[in-house]
Amino acid sequence: MVIKTEPFVLNFGPQHPSTHGVFRMRVTLDGEVVVNIEPMFGYLHRGIEKLVEGRTYHQIIPVTDRLDYTASMSNNLAYVMAVEKLAGITVPERAQYIRVIMAELQRIAAHQLAVGAFTNDCGCFFTPFLYMWREREKIVDLFDMVSGQRLTYNYMRLGGVSHDVPQRFLDALAIFVKKMPEYIDEYDRLLAENEILLARSKGVGILSKELAVNASVSGPVLRASGVKWDLRRADPYLVYDRFDFEIPTGTVGDCYDRYRVRIEEMRQSVRIIKQALEHLPEGPVKSDLPAVIYPPEGEAYGHIESPKGELGFYLVSRGGVSPYRMHIRPPTLINLTALRDMIIGWKVADAIVIFGSIDICLGEVDR
Amino acid sequence: MTQPLNTKEVATKLSQKVPGSVVQPAGEAVLVDKAHILGVATYLKEAPEFDFDFLADITGADYYDYFEVVYHLTSFNKNHRLIVKTRISERGNPTLDSVTGLWRGADFQEREIYDLMGIAFQGHPNLKRIFLWEGFVGYPLRKEYL
Amino acid sequence: MAVEKEVYSSDKLDEAEGAAIEALRTASQKVIGDPDQWLGELPAGNIFLTTLDIALDWARRSSLWPVAAFPACCAMEFMSTSASRFDISRFGMEVIRPSPRQADLMITAGTLTWKMAPQIKRIYDQMAEPRWVIAMGACGVSGGTFAQSYSVVPGYNHIVPVDVYIPGCPPRPEALLYGIQMLQKKIAKERNLSGSKKE
Repeated sequence: MVIKTEPFVLNFGPQHPSTHGVFRMRVTLDGEVVVNIEPMFGYLHRGIEKLVEGRTYHQIIPVTDRLDYTASMSNNLAYVMAVEKLAGITVPERAQYIRVIMAELQRIAAHQLAVGAFTNDCGCFFTPFLYMWREREKIVDLFDMVSGQRLTYNYMRLGGVSHDVPQRFLDALAIFVKKMPEYIDEYDRLLAENEILLARSKGVGILSKELAVNASVSGPVLRASGVKWDLRRADPYLVYDRFDFEIPTGTVGDCYDRYRVRIEEMRQSVRIIKQALEHLPEGPVKSDLPAVIYPPEGEAYGHIESPKGELGFYLVSRGGVSPYRMHIRPPTLINLTALRDMIIGWKVADAIVIFGSIDICLGEVDR
Repeated sequence: MTQPLNTKEVATKLSQKVPGSVVQPAGEAVLVDKAHILGVATYLKEAPEFDFDFLADITGADYYDYFEVVYHLTSFNKNHRLIVKTRISERGNPTLDSVTGLWRGADFQEREIYDLMGIAFQGHPNLKRIFLWEGFVGYPLRKEYL
Repeated sequence: MAVEKEVYSSDKLDEAEGAAIEALRTASQKVIGDPDQWLGELPAGNIFLTTLDIALDWARRSSLWPVAAFPACCAMEFMSTSASRFDISRFGMEVIRPSPRQADLMITAGTLTWKMAPQIKRIYDQMAEPRWVIAMGACGVSGGTFAQSYSVVPGYNHIVPVDVYIPGCPPRPEALLYGIQMLQKKIAKERNLSGSKKE
């Protein structure tokens, strides 16, 4: 006997324990199978692009911290690089190495949060999350030593970084770099062959290579689908061309591949930090710039490989103290373009896992 | 290293293949007439010497006399990039063709430009406000707002 | 798999939501007063807290359960506080309930936008009394660095009455714990059964 069914609309509201922030989806379900989703954003839209038109270039740096608040150093870095391109400012060598160290430390911290939240969504309520948070607290302590802040560092400056790193930071970093590979192996040992994780994420939410490129997806999600594109290799910025590291890619493009890519990227980041620490040169850490700069008329687009993808800042200057127009290219918003194709056809519980594997951060989606 | 293409050569090729489209090459960008944007985009995506399969960014800016929409294109296989710009002079009801048919990644970005600047994209599958709510009066990123 | 028929009209739903947001925005231009009638009560000698009051207050303040409504960056510091290093479990608060019916504390960790405001109001209304609100972070207190924006509510006290304000951007976990302890002191002074009504 065939039971007559009707599609049913469910609201994954802005307040939800696994939506990683205030993200809303209207999900049309046929039984348990997802038939259509309509993502809705804007619950954290703070109008940053309009707000910065009234601030000087230096004053915008703290505002960029609050975009992707899980990886503040990367946001700062992308912004100051865009302004330096616009105004033609050079950065001393030591500052470039310090920036690389901070960016890679931030990548490890952001991936720990991403993988922790992803395994949270898969059902292991907080255990791997707390394991990874333990190391994230160590990284946050390192950042506290240099910038005085735990979350929104405001450490990069136009033409360098704000202060030189103290000696105890370098000592602590040396110990961290020695111990971190063991911790990553610990996470891998707990999770990689775990039956439940495999059952919930292998083969789930497959994103094909063609769709990933066409939908402008970037970051670990793109690399998990098999496209070997990383801005640190393809368009090297800072001193990345001097370091030796690999770019992990996946094969299938399912949630398990995204998890694997992130774990491998953590290992490669530790490798880069080790090399940067060995070759750290002496010298100044900041170019001498006045408090208010007037970049010449023109525009610039500066982009970096942030932990979530290609983070870009498009700046237009008309010679004034503040930018005429600033646009932020949010990697997570654009990664969500492929969300519909990834979720339709799966069950409700899989929808959460797939959404968690993309790893979004609402501060950046909504700006 | 991602190479920026020489915009003068690109401009010459474009004016041969899609006649009447190019207005001028400007620095690192090629300025294109807004009526031909879809033809130019299709040619840039499909021609083998360009092969721009990745749309990195679409932005709009308000320059008082005109709106300018900027497309940043990248090619993964050839590792080169290009900036394409187009200008819209009507302030009352600006419209432009959507490139969502070519690059799916344009979807949310065009909705954002519509929401914050008021430029309507024709051919977009779901042109609605994305960040602000229905019933919000005005377009915040226009210079006359606030 | 395509949808054969349109199950709901998303345009109508969006318009209804937009109308609710605009209505709330016009209604919330003034700040709601802080619930501070406990300040007027004279200390120690003249409050007659019955033993039952003391017991109830002790029970309520020692197991405040927060509701999981975390818009933005301060949520990261809240997560740090609930993780093993700073541990709000020693205050009885590790039970973060997604459902507002089972919670009695709302820690507002993030910037509030007008689009999100009706949802926060709904969550607050759904919480069962007694309930308290801590405004965490500069954005919760006054809109923070985004106060001049066109879409940000300048402080949670336009929408819900706030008991404790914690400044900082974001406040360190130690600051959040201090704010929670201040709230606990406030709860210790409440009279529950002797007729004074708490909003």
